[in-house]
Amino acid sequence: MNKQQKIHLAVTGLNNIDSPGPGIPVIRGIRESNEFDVKIIGLAYEHLEPGIYMKDLVDKTYMIPYPTEGKEALFNRLLEIHKKERLDVIIPNFDAELYSFIKLEKILARVGIKTYLPSLEQFEERNKSNLPAFGVKYGINVPESTEVFSISDLDNTLKSMEYPVMLKGKFYDAYKAYSLDQAFDFFGKLSLKWGYPIIVQKFINGTEVNVVTLGDGKGKMLAAVPMRKQYITEKGKAWGGITIDDQTMIGLARKIVSETKWRGGMELELIRTSENTFYLLEINPRIPAWVYLAVGAGQNIPEALLKLALGLEVKPYESYETGKMFVRYSYDMIIDLHQFSKLTTSGEL
Amino acid sequence: MIIKGNIALSDNGFVFNPTTGDSFTLNSTGREVLLLIKEGKSLNQIKELLIEKYEVDRIILERYLEDFVNELNSNNLFEE
Repeated sequence: MNKQQKIHLAVTGLNNIDSPGPGIPVIRGIRESNEFDVKIIGLAYEHLEPGIYMKDLVDKTYMIPYPTEGKEALFNRLLEIHKKERLDVIIPNFDAELYSFIKLEKILARVGIKTYLPSLEQFEERNKSNLPAFGVKYGINVPESTEVFSISDLDNTLKSMEYPVMLKGKFYDAYKAYSLDQAFDFFGKLSLKWGYPIIVQKFINGTEVNVVTLGDGKGKMLAAVPMRKQYITEKGKAWGGITIDDQTMIGLARKIVSETKWRGGMELELIRTSENTFYLLEINPRIPAWVYLAVGAGQNIPEALLKLALGLEVKPYESYETGKMFVRYSYDMIIDLHQFSKLTTSGEL
Repeated sequence: MIIKGNIALSDNGFVFNPTTGDSFTLNSTGREVLLLIKEGKSLNQIKELLIEKYEVDRIILERYLEDFVNELNSNNLFEE
């Protein structure tokens, strides 16, 4: 790749908040690439996504319609942006928008915008609701779980379960409930925010560990870095973590990438019990927000994903540094009102 | 009693288990014992070495040493 050639890369997930999207860490990884000179075009849903105002990382931002407005609205907006910015690649970073981007993959390619995403089948198969079947199919431990659609469903389900239980939204958010009342409360919150179903999962006690990995879509794993959460926020997000040398976790990632022929970035959320048994809690079909730890440990997964999207060869990463840590922090930016008003009135900044 | 090969022990007594991500801080005696275990010394050998080096009651030493080794074991620092 000629370093002089500018790549116009659009990225979503600029919500670098207490439950951060992966956009900013993805951009940081790609900015550190020796192979690409990138113009970063942010795609935002909310006017206060912090990444919009991080001008050292994001060159220009455009507002895009919410996934609920449908893929046609998204495509039309992307076309408008494409006319102005000549987009080469889009890296979407939200679970909730992936369905639309996967559906639009071919049509985007026809207008010259590349992506590197899992297939719809792969995306659906690892859905929270389908995870128990996924576990059976691939021989992986998955905590028992049930989908519920109503309070009476939830009441019935909880009669045969022990507390605490985990209640999870379709796309995001999870709560640990210690009683029926608490479960009802969380059910209300989750259904209001994410709709139905709500997933009720058996709580497994242990250490929370994650793996970020990358698949080439043909069964080859190109990168994998395992991490142990060291500091967990009330929302269950890692605020600090450390890379670990766990070959069982890497083996599990390799098995899943290889057997599903996974295409693109992926995060495995796991629990390791005191008996050293692993349970798969979730598969996120994208790069996670802690990916910059992997970059710091020697695997620039965002850069590798960009190369895959551009059709360039990616050599598999063979190693990473163990014992590298990340500590997240918050930071107040001072923004002039005219920037905010420009974004809200024109939809771009 | 073999300490896992990848366990890192620093000069200031910081222990890191790269497989689990656990870390611990040992005092100077704990560090000394862990180093002796890493050298391949048995529990009895360590006991005799410490009795020779320090003014300590044998019964008390045995109790503390066993507690310490159990602690190391429960934190998965030994090969299975």
